[in-house]
Amino acid sequence: MSELLIKNGFVFDPLQGIKGDRMDIGIKDGKIVETSALENPKTIDAAGMTVMAGGVDIHSHVVGPKVNIGRLFRPEDKLFKSPHKSPTCSRMEMGSSVPSTFKTGYDYARMGYVFVNEAAMPPLHSPHVHEEIRDTPIIDNAAMPVFGNNWFTLEYLKNNEIENNAAYTAWLLRATRGFGIKVVNPGGSEAWGWGLNCVHIHDPVPYFDITPARIIKGLIETNEHLGLPHSMHLHCNNLGNPGNYTDTLESLRLAEGYTPKNNFGREQVMHVTHLQFHAYGGDSWGNVESRSKDIMDYVNAHDNITVDMGQVTLDETTTMTADGPFEHHLRALNNLKWANVDVELETAAGVVPYIYSPKVKVCTIQWAVGLELALFSKDLMRTFVTTDHPNAGPFTRYPQVITWLMSRAARDETMKTFKWLDRTIESTSIDSIDRELTLYEIAQMTRAGPAKALGISNIYGGLAPGMDADVAVYPLNPEDMPSDPAAIEKAFARCAWLVKDGVVTVKDGEIVAEPAKRTIWVDVKVPDNAQVQRDIYEHFLRHYSVKLDNYSLFEEHLHNPRVIEVNAAQ
Amino acid sequence: MSKKVENVGCPYCGVCCDDLVVTVSDDGKKILEVENACAIGNQIFHHATGGERVRLPRLRQPDGTYKDISYDEAIDYAANVLYKAKKPLIYGFGSTNCEGMAAAAKVAEKAGAVLDNCASICHGSSFLAMFDNGYPSCTLGETKNRADVIVYWGANPAHAHPRHMSRYSIFPRGFFTGKGHKSRKIIVVDPRHTDTAQVADIYLQVQQGHDYELFDAFRAVVRGHEIPDVVAGIRREQIVEVADILKKARFGTIFYGMGLCHSDGRNHNVDIAISLTRDLNDFTKWTIMAMRGHYNITGPGAVWSWQYGYPYCLDLTKRDIAHMNPGETSSIDLAMRDEVDAFINIGTDAGAHFPIDAVKHLRKHPWITIDPNICMASEISDLHIPVGIVGVEVPGIVYRMDNVPIQYRKVIDPPEGVISDEEVFERIHKRLCELEAEEVAKEPVKAAPEGVRVGE
Repeated sequence: MSELLIKNGFVFDPLQGIKGDRMDIGIKDGKIVETSALENPKTIDAAGMTVMAGGVDIHSHVVGPKVNIGRLFRPEDKLFKSPHKSPTCSRMEMGSSVPSTFKTGYDYARMGYVFVNEAAMPPLHSPHVHEEIRDTPIIDNAAMPVFGNNWFTLEYLKNNEIENNAAYTAWLLRATRGFGIKVVNPGGSEAWGWGLNCVHIHDPVPYFDITPARIIKGLIETNEHLGLPHSMHLHCNNLGNPGNYTDTLESLRLAEGYTPKNNFGREQVMHVTHLQFHAYGGDSWGNVESRSKDIMDYVNAHDNITVDMGQVTLDETTTMTADGPFEHHLRALNNLKWANVDVELETAAGVVPYIYSPKVKVCTIQWAVGLELALFSKDLMRTFVTTDHPNAGPFTRYPQVITWLMSRAARDETMKTFKWLDRTIESTSIDSIDRELTLYEIAQMTRAGPAKALGISNIYGGLAPGMDADVAVYPLNPEDMPSDPAAIEKAFARCAWLVKDGVVTVKDGEIVAEPAKRTIWVDVKVPDNAQVQRDIYEHFLRHYSVKLDNYSLFEEHLHNPRVIEVNAAQ
Repeated sequence: MSKKVENVGCPYCGVCCDDLVVTVSDDGKKILEVENACAIGNQIFHHATGGERVRLPRLRQPDGTYKDISYDEAIDYAANVLYKAKKPLIYGFGSTNCEGMAAAAKVAEKAGAVLDNCASICHGSSFLAMFDNGYPSCTLGETKNRADVIVYWGANPAHAHPRHMSRYSIFPRGFFTGKGHKSRKIIVVDPRHTDTAQVADIYLQVQQGHDYELFDAFRAVVRGHEIPDVVAGIRREQIVEVADILKKARFGTIFYGMGLCHSDGRNHNVDIAISLTRDLNDFTKWTIMAMRGHYNITGPGAVWSWQYGYPYCLDLTKRDIAHMNPGETSSIDLAMRDEVDAFINIGTDAGAHFPIDAVKHLRKHPWITIDPNICMASEISDLHIPVGIVGVEVPGIVYRMDNVPIQYRKVIDPPEGVISDEEVFERIHKRLCELEAEEVAKEPVKAAPEGVRVGE
């Protein structure tokens, strides 16, 4: 098969500790190899450019039912906002804040990304998720089923039956071809079945009589009992409300005393997602303030936790989350259209369009909070770039987020547009932070770190021989960084080259090939568990609206799978 | 020994029952028995092997008769029609699987066609309301497990969705609804005293065409305002009584049908139904759901939304950007204005459903029908391509009325040589690419236009 040699680039690979050394990267048969193993390679000249592994996104809503409702009910997200089809792509690209599956794949590839983890899959809708994965070109996808409001999970954890919950979890991962344990507003989305919520982690869930705190701890225990590649992935209770940082700190403390048990190099037991939405002080929208320092002090001191930003990008976007009660709450705030889907026995979801405006004080404070989280971080291998796409902004704004992180001047430039600049500065620390992140740190936040936290750093996120040949080359010279921040943004928006699985996929920012993408899922072997089998049978017999045999994904609907096997049967 | 196939999905209505048990004969060629299905679903299965099926594509001859041709010839004919047409229309899809819809979209994009589905003449007005006001809904299992108040408004499931009431809404015993029917209040709003109204606890005979006013009255009462003595033919006391039931529900679902989206007011009726649902969520939990007709008419709305961002009325004729404007790009309007110069009818029967003037205009141009059966469309077509019946002979994913994907099975093989909708479209796509390549070879100077990219 084909051989490639990426020559003379400045290589940043945090997984190997390579900090911008001028190196060659060899590729053979879709894998990274020692350059000495090449016989007659084609050459890519990367002189004066930055070379990184393909990007890895740990948390993004790109496929599935709520994403699709966001597309369906917002024709205005297409009109005058969609690019014309690129002559080098096979399909049209429609949409902006919630792009079509094709646009999603193409845009991630143009930014040099190769792996995207769908943040929330309602298990009942897994065939839908996998249909959309099929239609998302180039990038590899995994999808995390949601567990935090699942009736099986609530019942097992209430009775402290970790082994049973683990057996059920293994069954559901296989049934949905899922990747890991996602938890969204534990207990709160079940309470939303009655129009209620669990705002604090000690509020009991109606009927099930278990607290969110117990759900979170139980799912950490389940995750480590199974030894999954990724950790429990948490969207905390009380999202988006002034004063919620105390709830967030309480949730973080639940991880104390737990250590990771896995064979995948993962070092955390809890990943807390879109932390920006959970780091607010004050007690009303009038006096809301940043508490990112308190949160990051805690995170910095506890290395069994990883986080991602959920950076607000100050765009018109479409919020969507399995946190059903939150979306209902948001609908009352902005009074825009509201879609909701409660999913039987499992979860809920809501979708509301939202405009983050530089003219609104709360929005500009949110903007500052997100950046502060990263800039206060002492370990960027545990702090990742996300916008919780599309909740705080579309993923296509990652280049802008990276630029804000790398350049104080870029931040100042944006802050100049704020209507309530003084009040924003008063309520946050952003103006007192001069830190500018390096390319190495960006590589940690966008590929090495997320890959490690997902437990896939033996395949993705690095450039060591044997790993997938996913390589992004950015037209940025680390020895001669542009003084204009816009040039950094441009470089990260359109990579010079993306090699995916050894195939040249992007050249000069344009898609030139559409190599087959993969679906990554986790198959866990557990001992036979008759009780769990009976519970599954009973719930499907009486409470589900579909038959058990039609629930598990049929093999024919799983596309180009890559299975990660875990043996938890001993 | 005959063979029983279990957990079979039913290719009839949007209820998508997936608990059918089908008995197939020894040789796997005949369907002997269908258990659990309603009368209509039952008939679909028996029809598959009960009589003569069309086994080869049929092409209209100059003398008006049909002549059998091969699939290759039919694919070539269809691809040429699409290739030569300026504005072809591909319409239907209520009765096929999502794999077929995805393949058809690929063809439409390549050919520069208008792509539309039966929602265009059905729940399209619901989409318009969703664009404006959202859609607070749930899956049908939620209704079964939680709902203590059910509203059917402008819908008659007793006839149109025969097992809806027993599987999901009125009768089943769910997790929090162990008493089944006894624990639920059923409210039916309809100008006709339908068979569904027979099982209602409260029946409101709304004056025909005055649904909007009645919703408005409910909203007013729910928000604590005064209303006149009679609204839309209903006495104030009864409106107040029902509004109180709605407010005090633990969990409620409004199921609405064509009585809302195709009577006067159309999308506005649905819009205010959604507004009432929003209002009620300030007090308790309420959800709303469109009673989608065919088993997979929800499918094209889903598939094309993820592919293009629009659920229906997709104008892909520009080939580099999609455009949706119901009224302009909707099938009936295009046909009435005679703007379409080729027509593919797939998985529906436009011959039976479209206004006669629209059919007359469409019939001036090539008309291709892709359908397993003989129907009115197939009998006036230039070309009829028979295909396997989804859910009986072809497996695939379909979307239930609540957007839940259901994986349908294959019970028997299609008649020998008959292919699926998906394969038909994949082969048309392949042939279109060949035609395009031939054209480029003839005129090498005519390169593809440079894409213009917005905002970059």
